[in-house]
Amino acid sequence: MKPAPFEYHAPNTVADAANLLAELGDGAKVLSGGQSLVPMLALRLAVFEHLVDIGRIAELSGIERRNGALWIGAGTTQATVEASALVASEVPLLAVATPLIGHFQIRSRGTLGGSIAHADPAAEYPAVALALDATMEVVSPRGRRTIEARDFFAGLWSTSMEPDELLVGVSFPIWGGRSGFAVEEFARRHGDFAIAGAAIGIELDAVDRIRRCTLGLIGLGSTPERARTVEAELAGRPVTDVEPDEVGRLVMAALPSVPSDLHGSAAYRKRVGAAMVARAWTTAAAEARHG
Amino acid sequence: MGEVSVKLTVNGQPRAATVEPRVTLADFLREQLQLTGTHLGCEHGVCGACTVLVDGAAVRSCLMFAVQADGAEVTTIEGIGSPDGGLSAVQSAFRDCHGLQCGFCTPGFVVSVTAFLRDHPNPTDPEIREALSGNLCRCTGYQGIVNAVQQAAGAARRGELR
Ligand SMILES: Cc1cc2nc3c(=O)[nH]c(=O)nc-3n(C[C@H](O)[C@H](O)[C@H](O)COP(=O)(O)OP(=O)(O)OC[C@H]3O[C@@H](n4cnc5c(N)ncnc54)[C@H](O)[C@@H]3O)c2cc1C
Ligand code: FES
Ligand code: FES
Repeated sequence: MKPAPFEYHAPNTVADAANLLAELGDGAKVLSGGQSLVPMLALRLAVFEHLVDIGRIAELSGIERRNGALWIGAGTTQATVEASALVASEVPLLAVATPLIGHFQIRSRGTLGGSIAHADPAAEYPAVALALDATMEVVSPRGRRTIEARDFFAGLWSTSMEPDELLVGVSFPIWGGRSGFAVEEFARRHGDFAIAGAAIGIELDAVDRIRRCTLGLIGLGSTPERARTVEAELAGRPVTDVEPDEVGRLVMAALPSVPSDLHGSAAYRKRVGAAMVARAWTTAAAEARHG
Repeated sequence: MGEVSVKLTVNGQPRAATVEPRVTLADFLREQLQLTGTHLGCEHGVCGACTVLVDGAAVRSCLMFAVQADGAEVTTIEGIGSPDGGLSAVQSAFRDCHGLQCGFCTPGFVVSVTAFLRDHPNPTDPEIREALSGNLCRCTGYQGIVNAVQQAAGAARRGELR
């Protein structure tokens, strides 16, 4: 249970980190909060010659409004996100998702960027990023580029970032108007990764018709998922006519393939998933209607 | 792959050492500083036995390398009571309420609960249970631990946590 030897690098700037990653090549890995990477190193599921610790890079932390969105630095801890009044008011879906991540001792070191770069389909932040059409900002020695959430999550624990690219921040669109948000998930014990869950946002017009909704799904595919066809079907309908159970059924019917493992079969996950969608829909709709 | 030097404060005392980068903070505390009160149950982040405070925040010391704690202020279970050996309010509450049996998980619980009550001096029962979810105990069945947190919360409200 001891990690294999590695060389440790602790750059102070994003530019230095990006150069190091490019220089060191395949044998190097970014270390952020370590809450996913260190267990893998301890179990020797992964071995790297070099770890590039980004925990001392000040420009990677921060939460601020930028161009109509809320920008959060990749190195911002989950605990900081949880305590942020700005996150609670501008991106409520992120605020309600955060306390569901692991335990408070995990959130005091785990980072927003680490969770999104790790791209676990059962994790909360990737699903929230996908549900809200967040934009990822990445840097390499070739420069800076942005990747839309729908293009970012490439497969199980994999993203469309190049190995030498560093995730520096994530921009979450701010929803205005009469909107409501909820995350519901089922796990065997509090703090475990969810067996199935849903991250939902609903915006209503002045007469309670659905102006837009987003249906993000946790643990129901090899990446976080979204039921876009169902979102389009629901748009324009009076929210009072929509049965939450119907939304759950529609979403599960729209899923391409649901994983099956020792925590639950695909059929079980779909039943749990439908119930989580219905619960999250109920909460989000009530919040959108009554504030 | 050489050793690197680290300087940190542990339980109020400045410490300097050289370590291999792969040495976790937990192993550093236990083996190099002989502070064996920090226990290791799983060594991969699941059990919470290794919880210490780093710059005031409760963290799992098995998921952090000692080099990452360079410059930090660390408090272990040895630094929770008073210097003369007296128990803190949380420690007394665990004793009073039968919050421990074999005691293996106890350092992690005491450190976690100390940080939790400092930030939440008025916890509800569900909040207490949620806060305890990151620490595993194979002996007590948790009820005594929950009772201990309730008792210690009284001290936290009076500002007598430590
Ligand atoms: C007991 C336990 C329970 C947990 N429960 C949950 C849970 O319920 N839900 C959940 O979502 N998570 C859970 N986690 C995982 C936790 O949220 C991690 O913090 C998170 O997944 C990774 O963030 P990190 O900062 O710790 O990243 P690290 O572990 O340091 O890194 C994770 C991966 O991302 C890469 N990476 C990190 N930052 C960057 C970056 N800026 N640019 C490019 N690549 C980067 C690393 O190279 C590595 O591959 C749990 C962890 C534990 C130990
Ligand atoms: S030993 Fe660190 S969490 Fe189990
Ligand atoms: S008292 Fe024995 S493990 Fe908790």
